Amino acid sequence: MSEFAAIARGVTKRFGRTLALDDVGIEIRAGESHALVGRNGAGKSTLVSVLTGMQVPDAGEISFFGEPAPPVADRAAWRRHVACVYQKSTVVPELSVAENLFINRQDLGGGLISWKKLKAEASTLLETYDVAVRPDSLVSTLTVEQRQLVEIARALSIGSRFVILDEPTAQLDGPAIERLFDRMRSLQDKGVTFLFISHHLQEVYEVCQTVTVYRDARHIVTAPVAEMSKPDLIEAMTGEAGGLNVPSGDDRPSSEDQILTVSSLSGDHFSDISLSASRGEVIGLAGSASSGKHEFAETVYGLRKPSVGTISVNGSAVRGGDVPAALKAGIGCVPRDRHHQGLVLDLSIAENATMSTAGAFVWPSAQRSAGATAIASYDVKASGPDQPVSDLSGGNQQKVVMARALAGDPSVLVLINPTAGVDVKSKESLLGVVDAQARRGKAAIVVSDELDDLRVCDRVLVLFHGQVVREFARGWRDQELIAAIEGMSSE
Amino acid sequence: MTKAMTPPVSAPTPPGKQKFQFARYQDLALVPVIILLLIIGAVLSPIFLTPGNLIAVLTQQSELSLLVLGQAMILIVGKMDLSLESTVGLAPALAVALIIPASAGGLDVGLAAWMALPLCLLIGVAIGGLNGFLILKVGLSGFMVTLGMLTMLRGLQLAITEGKSLIDVPESFLYLGSTTWFGLPAAVWICIVCYAAGIFVLKYLRAGRSLYAVGGNSEAARAAGIRVDRVVWTVLIIGSVLAVVAGILMTGRLGSVAATQGEGMIFQVFAAAVIGGISLQGGKGTLFGALSGVLMLGLVEQILRLQGVSGFYIKASYGAVIILALIVTRFATGQKQE
Repeated sequence: MSEFAAIARGVTKRFGRTLALDDVGIEIRAGESHALVGRNGAGKSTLVSVLTGMQVPDAGEISFFGEPAPPVADRAAWRRHVACVYQKSTVVPELSVAENLFINRQDLGGGLISWKKLKAEASTLLETYDVAVRPDSLVSTLTVEQRQLVEIARALSIGSRFVILDEPTAQLDGPAIERLFDRMRSLQDKGVTFLFISHHLQEVYEVCQTVTVYRDARHIVTAPVAEMSKPDLIEAMTGEAGGLNVPSGDDRPSSEDQILTVSSLSGDHFSDISLSASRGEVIGLAGSASSGKHEFAETVYGLRKPSVGTISVNGSAVRGGDVPAALKAGIGCVPRDRHHQGLVLDLSIAENATMSTAGAFVWPSAQRSAGATAIASYDVKASGPDQPVSDLSGGNQQKVVMARALAGDPSVLVLINPTAGVDVKSKESLLGVVDAQARRGKAAIVVSDELDDLRVCDRVLVLFHGQVVREFARGWRDQELIAAIEGMSSE
Repeated sequence: MTKAMTPPVSAPTPPGKQKFQFARYQDLALVPVIILLLIIGAVLSPIFLTPGNLIAVLTQQSELSLLVLGQAMILIVGKMDLSLESTVGLAPALAVALIIPASAGGLDVGLAAWMALPLCLLIGVAIGGLNGFLILKVGLSGFMVTLGMLTMLRGLQLAITEGKSLIDVPESFLYLGSTTWFGLPAAVWICIVCYAAGIFVLKYLRAGRSLYAVGGNSEAARAAGIRVDRVVWTVLIIGSVLAVVAGILMTGRLGSVAATQGEGMIFQVFAAAVIGGISLQGGKGTLFGALSGVLMLGLVEQILRLQGVSGFYIKASYGAVIILALIVTRFATGQKQE
């Protein structure tokens, strides 16, 4: 047994003319949690697909516990060496937990499937890893957290002792992330090795011992987490000195001029919320995933119908539950999930950016120039306005969503998780756009779990079980805000 | 270790550029195949390239092409309508039956003869509207609803006509399908105008582009302010109306409404659309592509016919050709057809 769970050396991988990995390596000690960080496009995903045998590298070698990696065709052997919990779910939603755990080996080696035995085996497995899920419930009824646990349990049951977690926290709320970390620590005690990928640097410090940074398809540095300060880490990721440069906006001019007024609005998962935003004001909405903050923001933009209450922009009421009416009234929105609601992936940047605003006629030349303007104003890295958005990295896709939200020059912006899953650099530029819009006299609502997003706000409202429970003025302390989000009073 | 001070601009670019270039020509993927078929036809038969023969091909395909136009738009928006082929028969049969006396096989309602065409189009709107209502408002599966309508509408036609052809068709009804304008059958002109309008709308009008947004990602379309249900509903109604127009042309060409008018066409409709690059998953494909799919099938059919392939074999060969065409398209476009 080698002391390394996985070693990759001199790995190079090209896709057409793009160099996705340029002679990189990684050494993951058995029993550690090793973080892999880097901006979007740094090569993290490609390394994951090489380490899991989904892609054959053009050059380089890979070994697990001292043995060279099996041939790519031998999927079963790969699965015994390494397991990966991808961001996208790899379970079949309409099958039971038990069947998913033993998918493609439901007969447990017996030839005929015994459903009773399968269920019993599944129960044992779930118990072993302390996953509180019924084996006969359908996977589609599970929460994201439970689904991930099922995937981890499945990975471990195949015999793998090396698990790759690809942005596991992206869709979890605070307490669920903590529970995931506890579980990682206890599995680590039992000898499981993790490769942990995340955009949240704080999480790296919480749960990992070693960190590797990739940038522009190259290996930059590998070091113990304890010896790497946050600014150093960000410098390694971006190639630029200094931490996250988010405009705090405390010098923004304030105004008494109310633009957005929401009065006693109730709807799905929230009730009786009133707020008003003036010109140049940015309001943050924080809360756990079940707090109703997303639903509130979606109702303001007309994606959901309110049960009672009114929304008005510049004094005139906006019809509830009607997106075109909201757009017309001057509300722009970055929706919660860019893949699900933000973009039509097969269409071009230009077409996505102008989707809300195009007049009756769409002249390709005008659309292209609008797309080119969006690329320039929001700093989108792309070959041109005709490029399909499916080619772009996450951060650049999110900038296209931002461009679409701002295309009609709205006076109110509703931004839901505006920086979810984007790298540090894109985060800076997206939050810079929010600040710039506020300085132009627009009002914005930022719904987010990320403290960095909330720092750009003039005040932060905390929602808990569908109601505003606290309000923080600028200058809040992290612990205070987090305590309020988790529903703990820290008075 | 290099210290790159600026973020890499070039890294993600090349694959995108290639993909885009490729997508641009995908539309024209069938043009070489069509030219090849014209050459094969000319080699095999001396009369193949004569205007008479080519006009015959266009005329035969005019009705199919209107159905494909409707179906292509419905597929782009992410739905499908199997009932189009029954609409082709029922709408003219019902409209005519409401006019002619019972002695000629009608319903003895005795509406004025001029009402035949407007009535027929109205029936198309009603069928499309009903499909839309069941799919969008009641929330039923589009496939199953239109499969039910396929059977029900055909059955309704048989019930009204007692399985007989309607021969006593008003003059106004026969005009479009049988007349010639500027040397080309009116049916061909109608197709040209419909396709030109469709291609223009889907490329240059916001309403047309919204079809791709809805079919590509309906949630994103909704968040962008597109009224998704309204778009889908409109497209379903337009599809049915195009099927009605096809039925009117067919009635005019044949001089009567057969009880089986349109039966079995839906398979060719799907074949032509998919060969023409329309994705069954929605959001992809162009009407020009769909049109070239229709032309390709028409040329193949004509070549087989001129070669005197026996009637017993023509159906099998036609089916084989559809599969062959799919294979050719698969490799010409380099994309899997799910």
